[in-house]
Amino acid sequence: MVKKFFQHGYIWLVLAFLYAPIILLAVYSFNNSQIIGQWSDEWSFDLYKQLFSSSDLMTTVVNTLVLAFVSSIISTILGTMGAIGMFYSKKRVRETLNTVTQIPVINAEIVTAISTALVCTMFAFGRTYVSLLIGHVILTFPFVVLNVTPKLKQMDKNLYEAALDLGATPTQALFKVIIPQVLPGIFSGFLIAITLSLDDYIITTFTKPATFDTISTFVFDAYAKGGRSADVPALRALSTIIFAVIIIMLIVKNVIASKGQAKNGGRK
Amino acid sequence: MTALKFSRKHLGIPYALFMAMFVIFPLLLIIYYAFTDPETGGLSFINFIDFFTSNANLTALFMSFALAILTTVICLLIAYPAAYILARTNINKNGVMLLLFILPMWINFVLRTAAMKELLYKLGMFNSNNMSFINTLIGMVYDYLPFTILPIYTVLEKLDKNVLEASADLGATGIQTLFKVTIPLSMPGIVSAITMVLLPTMTSYVVSDTLGNGNITIIGKLIENQFSVMYNWNAGSAIAMILLVLIFATMIVTGKFSEEDSTDARGGGLW
Repeated sequence: MVKKFFQHGYIWLVLAFLYAPIILLAVYSFNNSQIIGQWSDEWSFDLYKQLFSSSDLMTTVVNTLVLAFVSSIISTILGTMGAIGMFYSKKRVRETLNTVTQIPVINAEIVTAISTALVCTMFAFGRTYVSLLIGHVILTFPFVVLNVTPKLKQMDKNLYEAALDLGATPTQALFKVIIPQVLPGIFSGFLIAITLSLDDYIITTFTKPATFDTISTFVFDAYAKGGRSADVPALRALSTIIFAVIIIMLIVKNVIASKGQAKNGGRK
Repeated sequence: MTALKFSRKHLGIPYALFMAMFVIFPLLLIIYYAFTDPETGGLSFINFIDFFTSNANLTALFMSFALAILTTVICLLIAYPAAYILARTNINKNGVMLLLFILPMWINFVLRTAAMKELLYKLGMFNSNNMSFINTLIGMVYDYLPFTILPIYTVLEKLDKNVLEASADLGATGIQTLFKVTIPLSMPGIVSAITMVLLPTMTSYVVSDTLGNGNITIIGKLIENQFSVMYNWNAGSAIAMILLVLIFATMIVTGKFSEEDSTDARGGGLW
């Protein structure tokens, strides 16, 4: 009994540490005080109104979402091609390509960031939206490969041959047999790519055009570089919304997963 | 001549080209710049000599190691018992508890750090300059803790109960079982957690810039400085190369390069 008390106490203590800052932000998002800790008068939705009426903040949010979506689509296509191409190549080719695929994952983000910036300057397109996209694709494509490859391993080898025997061209067999078989892997790779792209600061700041901001660079400029613009308090409202959206998404995902589990007799 | 027929492995060709251009070539550029004299453009070691003879740089290097090691140790000390309780008791029956622990991983890293700044500010931790190091350390532990708990939990959860029972049957006390059986068997999770925390804490200057009040310079910040402030690509590349050597050495020590699922750590358990 005492043991259980301590175990639960410890778990809740760690959770309190993890959530205290987020909850503080959420509570103060319903108050229009400029500084956290100075509660002014009463609850209000002023910061939410400010968030949605600030064109700077809205552009930033849209920028972030569009960048994550577009770069993840490119990453997913590239990563899926790579995974399939590598899987059916000779062992030595496969192992070499696989090792190179790991480099962006293992490498420090700052090194990836500066080296991408160097290459983009060298190819003379400098810091544009293209370099930003390339930076985010480099950051995310290995994770697509990583999610697609296990599905290729699980796939029945004979399916592709059967399709060819039945008269499908290799292209048809690719799109009608292989891709549908590995689709779950492609999808989870895509989701991870989006998550990583939304989260990134360092690669973004080194490859983005000067006037372009994502949520990460906007918040970093406001908090670390001390340029506390009038929009900073509204960031609390933004964080709270992001947090709420994530919780809802996870709940939905878990409900779907547990329903799926029940259908398959509890097997994952 | 036969027409080029499409085959599955041809899909790897554009992929290999992309990687040659944007993964291999950039690293070669870094090496080229690192060994080039910024003034004469000739081959030289001047960038490395400059780095290792500057007190400010060596302080930053030392600061990076200190922060990285302290953050990793504190994260492990907090995460291991938490992961153990989650994996071996019925507190996490329906998976909700684990979800609560990894949920912060989805929230924007910079936003989370900013939230921590607001909290520390409210607690009065920004009143004196002496607090910069401790504030940065708290921020780093806060940011990387979920990434430490997940890999350790994954290993502990798969641990065979019979092994623990056998240990008890053979007369080991609870403490002995923990140190001689459980911890050694969970080493893969611990190593994976260490590699998740060690490198980012040395290089990702988001936390130290946000919480360090300008007093904490880590190695990642040095590189950023050379590129964005000093415009000295050669010196910046030299520091990046030192970092690459460190990363490579860590890889050899932990043997991660050969492991098939080494990429699992950063995004694997996420979705």
